[in-house]
Amino acid sequence: MNGASSGSAAWRRVRAVAWKDLTAERRTKANFNAVVAMAAMILLLFGFALGPDAEGLRNAAAGVLWLTILFSGVLAFNRSYQLELEAGALEQLLLYPGERWTIYIGKLLANLTFVFLMEAIALPLTGVLYHVAFPERWLAVLGVLVLGTVGFVSLGTLYAAMASRSRSREVLLPLLLFPMLVPVLIAASGATAALLVGDVMGDSSTWIRLLAVFDVIFLIGSTWAFPFVIEG
Amino acid sequence: MASGEVLAIIGHNGSGKSTLLRIVATALRATRGSGSVWGADLVRDAVAIRGMVALLSTEPGVYGDLTALENLRFSAEMFGVDGSPRTLLSALERVGLGAEGDERARNMSSGMQRRLSIARLLLREPRVLLLDEPFNSLDPDGAALVNALIRETRDRGGSVLLVAHDVSRAAALPDRTVEMHDGVLFEHAAVWTPAPVSGRAP
Repeated sequence: MNGASSGSAAWRRVRAVAWKDLTAERRTKANFNAVVAMAAMILLLFGFALGPDAEGLRNAAAGVLWLTILFSGVLAFNRSYQLELEAGALEQLLLYPGERWTIYIGKLLANLTFVFLMEAIALPLTGVLYHVAFPERWLAVLGVLVLGTVGFVSLGTLYAAMASRSRSREVLLPLLLFPMLVPVLIAASGATAALLVGDVMGDSSTWIRLLAVFDVIFLIGSTWAFPFVIEG
Repeated sequence: MASGEVLAIIGHNGSGKSTLLRIVATALRATRGSGSVWGADLVRDAVAIRGMVALLSTEPGVYGDLTALENLRFSAEMFGVDGSPRTLLSALERVGLGAEGDERARNMSSGMQRRLSIARLLLREPRVLLLDEPFNSLDPDGAALVNALIRETRDRGGSVLLVAHDVSRAAALPDRTVEMHDGVLFEHAAVWTPAPVSGRAP
C-alpha cells in the first residue's frame, strides 16, 4: 500500500469513528443536554458565590468560563467511551484493520465538535451573567477558546480511554486529568482575561504562544500513547 | 493449522480458550511466548494480522444507538470495503434482518444482535475466522448461518478456529478437536503446546 492510499484509508477510519460517535449522540442528545445543563449550573453558582459586584464578576469571568468548560467537558469524555463499553463494542473496535491512533483522532474530532457546541452556549451566557461586554478583539478570544479547547480535549480523550476500563471511571477521570490540565487552564484563563479587559500590556500573545506549544505537545503525545493505553 | 482446516477447541470455563482467540486476533497481547498467523508475527505485525482475521465474539459488539444499517456502514468504512446500501442490505437479508435495517440495535433481541454481528463478518472474506461460542443465543436458522460461514471460509482455503462448549451444533464438523486445560492444549491425550496453533502458517 503506498503512502497516499494508506493516508486515505487512515482518514476514512478517522471519519468513520467521528461519524459514529456524533450520530449516536445526535440520536439520543442525552449527553449534550446534561453537559449544557451542567455548564449553565456552574456559571450560575459561581455567579451567586462571587456576589453582585459587576467589576468583581467581570474580573472572574475568564477563570469561571474555563472551569465551566473543564467540569462540563469531562462528562462528554466519559460518555464517548461509555458507547464502546456497551455490548463489547470496544473489543470489536480494536479488531478493525489499521492503526489504532486513527480511533483516537476520530474520537478527538467528535469530542471537539461536542465541546465547541457546548462553548457556543456557555460563552454568551458568561457574557450576560458576568457583565462582560462584547470584546473588541472577539476573533482573538475565539482563537484562544479554540487553542485551549484543543489542548483540553486532546488530553481528555486520552485519559478517558485510560479510565474507561476502570469500574470507577467517572471518579477516576477528573482525578487523573485535572492535574495535567493546570498549565492549559492557567494559559487559557490568562489569555482570555487579558483579551476581555483590554490587554494593554500585550499579555495575551505570550499566553497564546504557550497554549499553542501545549497543544502540539499534548496532541503528539496523546496520539502516540493512545494505542498502548487502549490495549489495557 | 493447515489451510482450509477447521479446528475446534473445547474446555471448561476459564481454561483459556477465549483468551487464546483474542491473542490470535491481536485484541490481547500475550505475556510470554510467540506466534504467527500466515507468517505475520502476532506482536510485530499486529496491523497486518487484523486485516486477515475476523472474530465472532460472545458479545455482539454493536452500537445500540445506531441502526442495523448504520452499524454495518461503520464496519464497512473501518474494513475499507464496499459500503454501498445495496451491499449492506444484502448482508442484512442474508442473516434474516432485511426488514430491520432502520431498527436501532438497542431495540433488537440478543439473537438479532448476534445475527447483526454475523452480517458484519459477511462484509469481507477473512483468511482466518475465529469463532467464540458461535452458537450462543442463536436459533436453528442462526446456527445454520454460522455453519454456512464456516463452510464458505474453509472452501476458499481459509482457516477456522472454533471455541465451543458443545461442538455438536457444528454441522461443518471440525477436522480436529483439541482440549484446553489451564492454558495448555491437549490432542489425543498428549500435551499439545500452543506453538503449532499459530506457529505454522496455514
